[in-house]
Amino acid sequence: MRIHFKKRKSYSAAAAVLTPVISFIISLLLTGIMLAAFDINPFKTYTNMFQGAFGTWRDFTETLVKAIPLILTSLGVATAFKLKFWNIGAEGQLVLGGIAASGVALFWSSWLPPFLLLPVSILVGAAAGGLWAGVPAILKVKLNVDETLTTLMLNYVAILAYDGIYCGPWRDPNGYGFPGTAQFPAAAWLPRLSGRAHMGLIFALIIAALLWFAFYRTKWGFELQMIGQNKKAARVLGVNIGRNVILALLVSGAISGIAGACEVTGIARRLQQGLSLGYGYTAIIIAWMSRLNPAVCVPVSILMAGLLVGGDSVQIMMGVPSAMGKVMQGMILFPMLAGSIFTEYRLVVSRRNTDISEAEVAK
Amino acid sequence: MTAVTKGAGNTAPELILEMRGITKSFPGVTANDKVDLELFRGEVLALLGENGAGKSSLMNVLIGLYRPDAGQIFLNGKKVHIHSPKDSMELGIGMVHQNFKLVDTMTVVENVILGEKDLKLIPNMKKAAERIRSISDHYNLKVNPDKYIGQLSVGEQQRVEILKLIYRGAEILILDEPTAVLTPQESDELCNIISQMTSEGKSAIFITHKMEEVIKFSDWVRVLKKGKLVAVKKTSDTDPSDLAKMMVGREVLFNIEKMPFTPGENVLKIIKLNASDPNGIKVLDNISVTVRKHEILGIAGVAGNGQVELTEAVTGLRTSQSGEVLINGENLTNRSPIEMIRSGVSHIPSDRVAMGIVGDMSVASNLAMKGYRNKPIVSRGILRTSLILAFARRMISAFNISTPGPQTHVKFLSGGNIQKTILAREIDACGDLLVAAYPSRGLDVGATEAVRKEIVRQRDEGRAVLLVSEDLEELISISDRIAVMYGGRIIGIVDSEGCDIEKIGLMMAGIENHQQERGSRT
Repeated sequence: MRIHFKKRKSYSAAAAVLTPVISFIISLLLTGIMLAAFDINPFKTYTNMFQGAFGTWRDFTETLVKAIPLILTSLGVATAFKLKFWNIGAEGQLVLGGIAASGVALFWSSWLPPFLLLPVSILVGAAAGGLWAGVPAILKVKLNVDETLTTLMLNYVAILAYDGIYCGPWRDPNGYGFPGTAQFPAAAWLPRLSGRAHMGLIFALIIAALLWFAFYRTKWGFELQMIGQNKKAARVLGVNIGRNVILALLVSGAISGIAGACEVTGIARRLQQGLSLGYGYTAIIIAWMSRLNPAVCVPVSILMAGLLVGGDSVQIMMGVPSAMGKVMQGMILFPMLAGSIFTEYRLVVSRRNTDISEAEVAK
Repeated sequence: MTAVTKGAGNTAPELILEMRGITKSFPGVTANDKVDLELFRGEVLALLGENGAGKSSLMNVLIGLYRPDAGQIFLNGKKVHIHSPKDSMELGIGMVHQNFKLVDTMTVVENVILGEKDLKLIPNMKKAAERIRSISDHYNLKVNPDKYIGQLSVGEQQRVEILKLIYRGAEILILDEPTAVLTPQESDELCNIISQMTSEGKSAIFITHKMEEVIKFSDWVRVLKKGKLVAVKKTSDTDPSDLAKMMVGREVLFNIEKMPFTPGENVLKIIKLNASDPNGIKVLDNISVTVRKHEILGIAGVAGNGQVELTEAVTGLRTSQSGEVLINGENLTNRSPIEMIRSGVSHIPSDRVAMGIVGDMSVASNLAMKGYRNKPIVSRGILRTSLILAFARRMISAFNISTPGPQTHVKFLSGGNIQKTILAREIDACGDLLVAAYPSRGLDVGATEAVRKEIVRQRDEGRAVLLVSEDLEELISISDRIAVMYGGRIIGIVDSEGCDIEKIGLMMAGIENHQQERGSRT
């Protein structure tokens, strides 16, 4: 008997839907085994995790608080990945967006009319994020510098700059020595919807919708798809690859920049520790799980945020390390990547043919 | 070279390898059709044929990468079963692939012992290096075992591959187009290495589509054409033009009707165009040529003599160093692909899957890849999906594209239908010039006929067509004039009506035609 993969004649829609669902179930099983090995009841843990993330309205708003930057950064990542441009620098782009927005909120309030302070903060945050992704894009297009390295390294630049800024030059002089800037003027506060869940959710949903439309209904999205799927053919067909890569990466970085701007204006209302929590890395997993579809990024981000919040709550309730939520996030990706083969191939079990057995005899 | 074996006519050479009736088919094509092969000890066999003639697949059968549908292999008179490259290596058969299988960041020694069967946990590198050095000295391979692969030139890397095979005890070496990547000097060195090996009783099979190399390197030559063995000759009994003729061969012609030849005004005019590749090797050498309305100019030549580069220069994909490309009188030298598209140039690229389609997008999307820029399919940047689908349905029926539907991903179609998809898109968007490179390569009879008919129809409707083909029959049956390229130059232009296939064969082999033909001065 022989088991092998056979190429499908067309894509299997069923496999495309089932793969993430089954992957999630497999990751629950795998994490369950690990929890059991630590003498922790997996069923109780999962129930508590779900309760912690979605049990009450207040819990749900906390999940949304984490879902907002995840939605935005995963949309940013998806835009770059659409071109097979491996932008793993969403974290740095988010942080830089946060720094820039803070700068506007803190120092431009003196001359900007109050009603413009918040929008300008967010726009400048977007521009800074875009710039942070635009640099690797230009390097890639002009000098063919590997983008995985440049985007990753710029994360460290951004994060260390951020640490330096809120602890150093921008530190609140009246802050009794605590690291962090002064609180932004109220005009720069992003309105909250419920609990701590802020307007960023609306931005995220609007951007997801716009991006979905751009990907699947516009000339721009069509060109992105051509470049991403077959760069050579795109060139033959007259698509300007360099311009598209730079443009897409400006958009990609800008969306992550907005995430950072919303974090500082919506949650802490100052620049302080806790901006770089790894959303930009989780975004990579989300973008993959969503098959780069902006509409799918939204629910997947909420699910991933649920794992984070749920992980925190089981730590409080059961003493399980909160890292368990992150472990599960990681665990989802493996079956997911392994499972994606089923959309193009199917498993075939066949009897050995006579030729092979003859060969065995010959040996 | 190979004087040793050629002179030794009195002792009957020993048959070491025999392949009998090898047949291998892939969906839609028969790559090998009952092919026989014989190899004698101490001799070099050249396998000659166009791209897609089945040379590589025959060799892949021999080294166990493919399993034949039928046929047998005998080594030293004994039937053998080869199921993997490991099996063939054990039997003393090794292949130097066109793309070397070396690890750049490892040294020569490491590469040579990599994948060895009984590799110890801590291999004796010193001993291996010594053996490599002695083999290298013996065959004058000039390989330093301690260098990293990444530091070596292409020619040196190739010698490492050869060394690897000798190290592992190969008696039969298969070389897949070994000179394609070499400078003339390196080719000569390779020739010496091979003759040294054959003088010691090793044998070689040499895949090529260059006639001069056959003459230079081999004792025997076997010519493959469309998967079939069409000729077996002793190299001393043949010459380049003979080989060229066998390679392109005669076959039953489709009768494609076309209107009488009444060329109109110039559409494409190329003046003294010169281009080099990134390594500075000249790929287009002083090309001057004109294509007029109602005319198909065929470009003949053995693959790799500048034909593809010429189409690239006309479609904006290659920059030239000097010379001019004029379309309808407008100087469009070194413009971008989009500018060439806008000036009405359509392009059927040489590698249809890699350059002509986006496999993971639908047939409809692929058909729209020219039209998506134009109204009404796009308005204010927004695509109108319903119009794309309607356009696709129209094209699918007009060009008889066989697909489950317009939404099917194009990569699931057959080669012929992929080509029809490209053809439909390009012809619909075509202005005055159609550039087609190997449009019928690898297609079945039906699709080939459809593609040729469509190209002739474009000519009849008044377009100028630049057609590159390896298939001389195709060129003679549909083009109006034939330009022969060799070494990046146009070596002669002949009228295809009543042309002398022998003369074209000579020109393809690089033998210049001193008689000026009618039309060559246009």
